Amino acid sequence: MTADASPAAPPRDKNVMTGSGAILASLEKLGVTDVFGLPGGAIMPFYDELMASTTIRHILVRHEQGAGHAAEGYAAASGRVGVAIATSGPGATNLVTAIADAYMDSVPLLAITGQVFSTSMGTDAFQEVDIVGITMPITKHSILVKRAEDVPAALASAYHIASTGRPGPVLVDITKDAQQGQMTFHWPPKLDLPGYRPVTKAHGKQITAAAELMFESQRPVLYVGGGVVRAGAHKELLKLADRTGLPVVTTLMARGAFPDSHPHHLGMPGMHGTVPAVLALQESDLIVALGARFDDRVTGKVAEFAPDAKVVHVDIDPAEIGKIKHADVPIVGDLKDVLPELLDAYESVAKKAKPDTAEWWTRLNQLKANYPLGYTDDPDDGLLAPQTVIERIGQLSGPEAIYAAGVGQHQMWAAQFIKYERPNAWLNSGGAGTMGYSVPAAMGAKVAQPDRLVWAIDGDGCFQMTNQELATCTINDIPIKVAVINNSSLGMVRQWQSLFYDGRHSFTDLDTGHTKVGEQTRMIPDFVKLAEAYGALGIRVTKPEEIDPAIKLAIETNDRPVVIDFIVSRDAMVWPMVPQGVGNSQVQYARDLAPTWEEE
Amino acid sequence: MSTHVLSLLVEDKPGLLTRVAGLFARRGFNIESLAVGHSEIEGLSRITVVVDVEDLPLEQVTKQLNKLINVIKIVELDPDASVQRQHLLIKVKVDGNSRSQILEAVTLFRARVVDVAPDSLVVEVTGDSGKVNALLRMLEPYGIKEIAQSGLLAIGRGSKSITERVFKN
Repeated sequence: MTADASPAAPPRDKNVMTGSGAILASLEKLGVTDVFGLPGGAIMPFYDELMASTTIRHILVRHEQGAGHAAEGYAAASGRVGVAIATSGPGATNLVTAIADAYMDSVPLLAITGQVFSTSMGTDAFQEVDIVGITMPITKHSILVKRAEDVPAALASAYHIASTGRPGPVLVDITKDAQQGQMTFHWPPKLDLPGYRPVTKAHGKQITAAAELMFESQRPVLYVGGGVVRAGAHKELLKLADRTGLPVVTTLMARGAFPDSHPHHLGMPGMHGTVPAVLALQESDLIVALGARFDDRVTGKVAEFAPDAKVVHVDIDPAEIGKIKHADVPIVGDLKDVLPELLDAYESVAKKAKPDTAEWWTRLNQLKANYPLGYTDDPDDGLLAPQTVIERIGQLSGPEAIYAAGVGQHQMWAAQFIKYERPNAWLNSGGAGTMGYSVPAAMGAKVAQPDRLVWAIDGDGCFQMTNQELATCTINDIPIKVAVINNSSLGMVRQWQSLFYDGRHSFTDLDTGHTKVGEQTRMIPDFVKLAEAYGALGIRVTKPEEIDPAIKLAIETNDRPVVIDFIVSRDAMVWPMVPQGVGNSQVQYARDLAPTWEEE
Repeated sequence: MSTHVLSLLVEDKPGLLTRVAGLFARRGFNIESLAVGHSEIEGLSRITVVVDVEDLPLEQVTKQLNKLINVIKIVELDPDASVQRQHLLIKVKVDGNSRSQILEAVTLFRARVVDVAPDSLVVEVTGDSGKVNALLRMLEPYGIKEIAQSGLLAIGRGSKSITERVFKN
């Protein structure tokens, strides 16, 4: 035998790979560039592949919940699908809160979990949980993959479902044997989804009917929800509002969908909405709901909500229409297409005459003038007013920054006192109300939009739920700014205790700051020391004159994360407020101060 | 409350029944009866579900069911425009005196005796819920030992087919 006769190795088909290789290849083909996760036994084959990827940046979190919220923040800031990865069992269950959060707020999230060997499933194997079963009520869809060859179609379907129609979380659970098995990779795979056909094109007759109602009504309001943000339909909305002259309210999920500086903007409606926004809806004769879902925090007692209003309801999800409030004109469709059609229809109706909303605007302008948002900037205890701190952060950072809030009083103040001029600048947990959302969501947002200034506006309670991700931020060079609005308590619960439970402050003291100037309580933990332990810059602010310099220093510091511990008054309350269980006409401007109803 | 019969064409995927049943439970609806089986197309199943709700929440549950990715089509079947059948096996006590009376009732209802023992009979009956309930009332005085009951099955009258309508386009 001569040397050159030695058998050549058979040509290797580069499309033959393991299921794990197929997960990676599928994600790359889908255009995924950033993923958040934490490895464990059942997902190790995939992590072995992931290490070699040149196009996907993996960010190793410290807790899977952080991966989930980071993926949410990534998606909410950029409009792209966020990806979170966890192992089986507790890894997967740690994602559950974030998945539920994404479901409530229609966030496009792809959750990938490892699962035990398919041959062990159902035997209570180590780290086995039925995560598909657990997440069924909180996912848009979920897929269990047991064979390597099913990986590409499963991931492509999941990505498609998460990002189209009404966006939402989709979970793909992949067994370890599916990750290890051999398959031949083909792209694009055939998507077999006969039961998934989101309606995007609206019915022409309904559009005309809506336009006529908008024209005929005397007291119309555009009730704008988070759907406008998800649909990317803010420009279309601006045009519609400009050309029709209709007043606009933006819900908690829609802050930024319409510029706060716009004269037609009445602010946020709901439990802690502005008086003009709450009463505009309440007194209106036509509500045009755009990607909003009549949440109980907006409607108050539904039976008493906007009693004279007809409803035009536009949503991409037919199940939202008529769920809470009857829609006189239901329109199922994508807002990006529906809004221009609605404007065209309105303008062809409006050729005949001019709409008569002068009296309505007089009333609304009066409410705006009489009941602007406000607060006391010198609390009796001598500590900082939390609203001042948040307002200054907004003023010094501007509308191009991103603000991710936790849940509670600081969230409401951040929704009220930061001025939003663009969509995707305001991230929060609206539907689920997930404490701990802020820090990981800000981290995800900063990864998606590295050139933007990203603030986590957090509370001392929320911050203690997920601040471990500061380690992730420091190590991966993700310089977010965290403002801890530290009132040393679970502030919103405390506010309710003060108002509705005779001031009995049951288990809401967190001992993280002062209660009075000069009277130092325990500070456990000391957030400045904690920040330093995580390699972040820690700053404590206790006096009004320290607020601006601290914020400026934070903005200038980009070689590491920053945590500012703002020691604020715990007696500050969120106003206005519609107490739970009553109609919105009972809105209180401040404690025991109801707005005047009719001037005459 | 009013009863509605829904016919669901679904993909035959693992966990599908959990998704459907879970949705009913989560939204607070009671399933009165449920029948699941293969459809005429491979990979697709048909679920016939009877639900007791007011009209408005029925619309809501139908819309929510439609959002399940594996649910392809939902049709409400009007009792007047559809054939609806239940299938029952009834084990009834007998003795020398009652045997002939029970057999007479069975004949009258066009039911069948499918098992005979010295002290019991198993009666098989198919029909709409009116007929089935009438037979049950008839047999009750003799002592019913056990009942096994299928969910209601229903199919639209005439030549139209739900599947054809779905896959036409």
